[in-house]
Amino acid sequence: MTTNNKQMATDFDVNGGWNYAPSPESTKHIQLKPRYELFIGGAFVPPTANRYFDTINPADESVLTQIAYADETDVDLAVTAARKAYTTVWSVISPKERAKYIYRIARIMQEKARELAIVESLDTGKPIRESRDIDIPLACNYFFYYAGWADKLAYAFPNRTVAPLGVAGQIIPWNFPLLMAAWKIAPALATGNTVVLKPAETTPLTAMLLAEIIQEAQLPAGVVNIITGHGDTGAALVNHPDINKIAFTGSTAVGKLIQQAVAGTNKKLTLELGGKSANIVFEDAAIDQAVEGIVNGIFFNQGHVCCAGSRLFVQESVADEVIQKMKDRLASLYVGNPLDKNTDIGAINSKAQFENIQKYIALGTQEGATIYEGPCDLPASGYFIRPTLFTDVAQSSVIAQEEIFGPVLTIQTFRTIDEVIQKANNSPYGLAAGVWTEKGSRIFNLSTQLKAGVIWANTYNKFDPTSPFGGFKESGFGREGGLHGLRGYVELS
Amino acid sequence: MARLEVLKTYKLYIGGQFPRSESGRYYTPLDQAGNPIANVSLSSKKDLKNAVVAARKAFGAWSERAPFNRGQICYRIAEMLEGRKAQFIDELVKQGYDQTQAEAEVHLAIDRCVYYAGWCDKYQQIFSAVNPVASPHINFSTLVPMGVVGLIAPQKNGLIGLISTVLPCICGGNSCVVLASEKFPLTAITCAEVLATSDLPAGVVNVLTGSEDELVDGFHSHMDINAVVYANGHTENATMLAKGAAVNVKRLFVYDIDFSVESAENPYLIADLQEVKTVWHPIEQVGGATSSY
Repeated sequence: MTTNNKQMATDFDVNGGWNYAPSPESTKHIQLKPRYELFIGGAFVPPTANRYFDTINPADESVLTQIAYADETDVDLAVTAARKAYTTVWSVISPKERAKYIYRIARIMQEKARELAIVESLDTGKPIRESRDIDIPLACNYFFYYAGWADKLAYAFPNRTVAPLGVAGQIIPWNFPLLMAAWKIAPALATGNTVVLKPAETTPLTAMLLAEIIQEAQLPAGVVNIITGHGDTGAALVNHPDINKIAFTGSTAVGKLIQQAVAGTNKKLTLELGGKSANIVFEDAAIDQAVEGIVNGIFFNQGHVCCAGSRLFVQESVADEVIQKMKDRLASLYVGNPLDKNTDIGAINSKAQFENIQKYIALGTQEGATIYEGPCDLPASGYFIRPTLFTDVAQSSVIAQEEIFGPVLTIQTFRTIDEVIQKANNSPYGLAAGVWTEKGSRIFNLSTQLKAGVIWANTYNKFDPTSPFGGFKESGFGREGGLHGLRGYVELS
Repeated sequence: MARLEVLKTYKLYIGGQFPRSESGRYYTPLDQAGNPIANVSLSSKKDLKNAVVAARKAFGAWSERAPFNRGQICYRIAEMLEGRKAQFIDELVKQGYDQTQAEAEVHLAIDRCVYYAGWCDKYQQIFSAVNPVASPHINFSTLVPMGVVGLIAPQKNGLIGLISTVLPCICGGNSCVVLASEKFPLTAITCAEVLATSDLPAGVVNVLTGSEDELVDGFHSHMDINAVVYANGHTENATMLAKGAAVNVKRLFVYDIDFSVESAENPYLIADLQEVKTVWHPIEQVGGATSSY
């Protein structure tokens, strides 16, 4: 029999004893190169120090390929190439032609969508269903959307003269590698900036495939440069004197360091940082839909989502029901091979993150919270963690205050609206929040009172290129997406 | 013996099909030298009515497509135009353009499709508003398409006038019946072939060829046309449209625009063919928790 046998948590066997046959996506047509160089000035060039690092498949700990490690010299070459491209080409060509280049990138990405999805899942550990249906199509759509803005900026900023900033240094995280690259590059190019992008060290692969697409689209050399490396590579980019703008998505701790580093310079900054988003279920909510929304909110992408609904607040009168239904639902989740189309929860992105989540799970138990782990079989190798619930969580618990960035949900209860607003807002973060109720007027009451950049009502983790995303408070500043996403890349006079 | 060229029959475009005029009539546009170019369908009022039926049928689903999807399709129109660039240039030259003029017009038409493709998921963000009403309500106004639009394209050019009137109309989710330039009908019908192969649903755009003077009455008197765009300079016809439009409170837009210049494109041409819809919804006033955290 298959290895996916479930131990059912309840008497009601939701799977009826059925098992899914494994349905892995084929990787036969994927040809990874033995090593990936830096993309500088339109060409793939080896790093000057000739150093490389491995990128790992977190689902089986195998080495996928080798990636160039850029140092300060390489960063300088990339910024120089971006500056040259800015001055000589990108800031002077007509906005219409700029738009057409970006449309080309979007179209080629669409053509290669499946390949990008498979490589994304190999490199990150995320389920193929997510990379295929969410990450990659959205990444294409962001390019498509922002391409259209290139020759329409006068309508976005009426009565102002709109100018690009210059060279943008962009540092992106490992949770949605290609999507984050699209969020960063597309608006920057549309507004006439050139780019030096640094992907995360554990997930650089799709960015390098994007570099190949950019080359194929014949984007003028140096308009986009992609340099791979570790934290020191990113630091060199942030500190480079000829950068006009830093856009960073990542942890709040690193975001604070960057804010300090650019202090006193003329560099513009946008930060999209961590979160500890509240997902609030009222007694009048459609409970089954809410349960699906909670699952999606916290277990989407293994919980490696800055806006994950990691703090669940359930109204007391329905708490038992919701918690029981959550436990039932956990029993039907498949944790395993990211390339299997049945998989709900894939691999934790890296060993370091795996250990970090384990640390928080241990801490939760030490703090006195009650743990419940989904009865899911885990593969023998690779970094996997069962979907985990904590009940009996105090507002002051570390697991309810700090971002875990994994498949771990804290559950608290409330009685009144006042109480839940206070509890939800009692966080240094303010990225997102979810509200579940059938009462429309309550949704707008909550969306008015909650201190978060994005409010999802009766849904969660929805993204669209037309919709701005970004946080309040220590979740960062600036918005990405939509008309508002243009603001971080233009000088108005 | 030299190979004999197969000549194309220029027919109408209604509901995704290419029928001849139900009237069986034709007219013969002439080239610069006065030689006949082709036999082109001379549409009747019945053809116009058939086209309106097709447009109405297509309207609902088209208006409900995601704006992003409409953008993809409008971009696809540009791709298809680009692929048949040579044919368009050829036909414009046949109809009396010189080569340079023809190339410029085709390039402009392609880029204009890309321009409006981009607007599909953006004009809403320019023209909509959240209205700060004084009572505890969320109140917002958005644009929604008017419905079936009758377009009378400019006489003086073969492609750019057609593209410049059709694209803003469909980009905003309307369907339309467009009367092509009587003088330059060939490119209009070839353009219909482009539309038919661009994933644009049947009936969203319907193309008629024929006489404006004959059909103008049908455009203003039809009870199932919601708006008319008149992009020709014929004052008498404009006045007739203005008077006739009142029959069902049609919205009439008379454009005196030279579409052959690059600046003759803007989102107000989209917004003209949109209704403003305002939604009110109460905000619950329960709970005294301040949001001053």
